[in-house]
Amino acid sequence: MNAALTRLLAKPWLWSFLGALVVFLASIAFTGGYGASGMVNAAFSLAVFTVIVGVGQMFVITLGPGNVDLSLPANIGLASAVAMKVMNGDDSLVALGILAALGCGLGIGVANYLLIWALRIPPIIATLSASFVIQSIDISYGRGLQIKPPPGFANFANAQVFGAPILAILVVLFTIAAAIVLQRTIYGRSVLAIGQNIRAARLAGVKVGRTRFLTYALCGVLGGLDGALLAGYFRGANVDIGNEYLLASIAVVVIGGTSVAGGKANVPGVWGAALFLVLLLTMLNTFGVSAGVRLVMTGLIIVLVITAAGGAKAER
Amino acid sequence: MTAPALAERPVSAEAGRLRLRRALRALLPAFSLVLVLAAIAYLNSRAISYFGFNLMLNLAIPIALATLAQMFVIAGNDLDLSIGTFVGFVGCVAATWLHDQPLLGVLILIGGVAAYAALGALVAWRDLPSIVVTLGMSFVWQGLAILLLPKPGGSAPHWLLSLMGVKPPFVPFPIVAAIVIAVVAHIGLMRSSYGAILRGSGGNAAAIGRAGWSLFKAKVTLFALAGFFGVLSGLALIGITTSADANIGNGYTLLSIAGVILGGGEFVGGRVSPIGAVIGALTLALAASPLLTFMRIPPDWQVAANGAILIIVLAARVLISQRGAER
Repeated sequence: MNAALTRLLAKPWLWSFLGALVVFLASIAFTGGYGASGMVNAAFSLAVFTVIVGVGQMFVITLGPGNVDLSLPANIGLASAVAMKVMNGDDSLVALGILAALGCGLGIGVANYLLIWALRIPPIIATLSASFVIQSIDISYGRGLQIKPPPGFANFANAQVFGAPILAILVVLFTIAAAIVLQRTIYGRSVLAIGQNIRAARLAGVKVGRTRFLTYALCGVLGGLDGALLAGYFRGANVDIGNEYLLASIAVVVIGGTSVAGGKANVPGVWGAALFLVLLLTMLNTFGVSAGVRLVMTGLIIVLVITAAGGAKAER
Repeated sequence: MTAPALAERPVSAEAGRLRLRRALRALLPAFSLVLVLAAIAYLNSRAISYFGFNLMLNLAIPIALATLAQMFVIAGNDLDLSIGTFVGFVGCVAATWLHDQPLLGVLILIGGVAAYAALGALVAWRDLPSIVVTLGMSFVWQGLAILLLPKPGGSAPHWLLSLMGVKPPFVPFPIVAAIVIAVVAHIGLMRSSYGAILRGSGGNAAAIGRAGWSLFKAKVTLFALAGFFGVLSGLALIGITTSADANIGNGYTLLSIAGVILGGGEFVGGRVSPIGAVIGALTLALAASPLLTFMRIPPDWQVAANGAILIIVLAARVLISQRGAER
């Protein structure tokens, strides 16, 4: 019993779920229990989008220090516009539109890696410069477009089965697959090995270049997918649709127990942290605070959580 | 920094090539600036005048100051993703409290610098990833700015307006200011003994720690310097725009990182250059809008041009380093 408890407490993802629970309890205590199930439902619906990019970002960050994809917001914005334009409001073109968004994301991921590889610059600056260019393409491409999703796709993105959002169920399945890929496949193990010690990994025969390439491509694809789904969920694409996912994608990875130094990833934690972030916003909204206070509180709580989580890392 | 010492030694062919490569790298930022200036001169020769520079480089001063703030953080192997919103916050303070109740305004700004120092202490103490901490802080500054100034407005203090409106003879004010800022930062970080310790804390933290210097103090100092230059940047910005808006500084985070890298800085190893950073900021400021306006590039593509310039300069840097590696 005690050993099991100790083992449970050592799980890095536990804290993010506990945080989500605390925030949730605080908000329903405020409303007197009113709207609790709706709150959970909404939290899952919104957390989905953070989880998708969070998983992509997690793979990238696990590659080791300096690896991060700052082009995600621009990627999401462009992919949402591409998806909506290809779908053209027609339900029969939904699959094609999603494929186009995935392709757009893939292109961005490949371009990111090409910049990193060819210019030998830190990924941070490569993905940053790429995001400048992508943003401009998006602004110019999306200008004057009436971008609305086909009704069938919008309904799907908002649909529920047995009282649970369909997207959330699918993304839970996706995260399970991601965990298996990370822990049980050669590719996933290579990512972890590179993050732990890139030189040792290279000497041990891990195909470092190929693994990094695949990881940036994967992250790009997930960004593209997220863009298409977001445009469906919010019933329309716009340039700023991905903006909040820069902080969110990095924050959920770190709060979820993945090491920023690389080599140690945690998939369940991404879900816990995404729920925590969404519920935190819900809580501040139910408290009825102003936009300014909400931003300050969000920022301070993120810093506090990182401080606490970072402390746990140092004690080990 | 080691150029005089190297010159005294007998120079082998290899060391000579190394020096050439270093010199080329060091000259790259200046070369990019000259290139952008040449392009502007070619497109519109009237822009190369006292008034032209005054107009084109007006916003370069706050960008240069924000870039230096970012440079101090990067010197310690960290990254500050909150500098843009901090500049915006300072702008809002300057346009409200500093105008109405100067004493209180000054105290708040000192508090901002103290908050930066505290952040450095937190990062050093808990060994936290600065990216995440500063991303969190960017929300805090943005929130505070919105609380202070929910709607765009306020007005800059008169002394700030007159300071930013100075018209020195012959040389436009932005150029004078850029030179002064670059020289002060250069002397402080590159020529002083504690500056060497600060850079060392990013270059080889273990060595600096073993030599008996406090890494904690170095980190706090670097962040405090970043906060101080962030305050200067916000003040300069409001002195130019005359009123403020909570989102006024948001673009500065990415611009400042780009400026440091354009100026020859690197993300790791305490390798930064204050003069390069200021030149990088000027290049970005010029390339961001005057050049593109003269080239009749639509505003949609102006952000892309920033990205493209970064990529081109970095590619040039790789070419220079590679030629050395091929020997």
